[in-house]
Amino acid sequence: MARSTSRPLSPHLTIWKWGPAMAVSIMHRVTGNGLATAGALGLVWWLMAAASGPEAYATFVTCATSPIGYLVMAGLSWFFFQHLFSGLRHFVLDMGAGYELKNNKIWSLLTFVLSTLATLAFWAAICTGKF
Amino acid sequence: MGTGTGIGRVRGLGSARHGAHHWLAQRYTAVGNLLLVLWLLFSLIALPGLDYESVVGWISHPLVAVPLMLMVVSIFMHLRLGMQVMLEDYVHDKGLAFFSMLVLNFYAFGGAAAGVFAIAKIAFTGIVK
Repeated sequence: MARSTSRPLSPHLTIWKWGPAMAVSIMHRVTGNGLATAGALGLVWWLMAAASGPEAYATFVTCATSPIGYLVMAGLSWFFFQHLFSGLRHFVLDMGAGYELKNNKIWSLLTFVLSTLATLAFWAAICTGKF
Repeated sequence: MGTGTGIGRVRGLGSARHGAHHWLAQRYTAVGNLLLVLWLLFSLIALPGLDYESVVGWISHPLVAVPLMLMVVSIFMHLRLGMQVMLEDYVHDKGLAFFSMLVLNFYAFGGAAAGVFAIAKIAFTGIVK
């Protein structure tokens, strides 16, 4: 972007102190784009493998249950829950609520706590009874 | 009312009032994803196993295939809108911005079509022996 160097630039990322609201905001974008690429491709791969037959599905399961596969799935599940709770926070903010400094900070931090707890609960539920 | 066409000023409508469409569609699909992906996750937990027969048997049920198709469509619409905003923020070169939108649209429509087709094939043909 062309800009006149004679004019001042508004204060940006480099000068603000990091806070929970900034972290939850950028993480919404990071998790969203992670899910949009790796998550969506993984979902389509799973569906396509199931539609293609037992061999294709076996290949998918082999990849998904490899150490890297588990790492990706665990990461994507946390990305999903973080994006979910961060998204719910956005719905509240869209209504014009939750902008008070203290409340905003509490709910920003809570999205991280809740997403981590939901991820652990999900994997605990998946692992009990399946293996 | 200083801008817009003459007829627009006469009608007093100003712009076409479609300005919030992108923003609203992002929210509608967000609610769709919230309900449908949570339903998928709870279903995966409830399934007796995640092996080929269990998964295909489950997807072939009409009350599973239809919401699963809706989920795929909702996901790809939502990611198209979301990634569009991200690309608009970070890709400043005009040609590259155009190209990235082209790729994004191919990805979103292609991905949705692939997902919906896979579900339809499972629903119509069932387990492949």
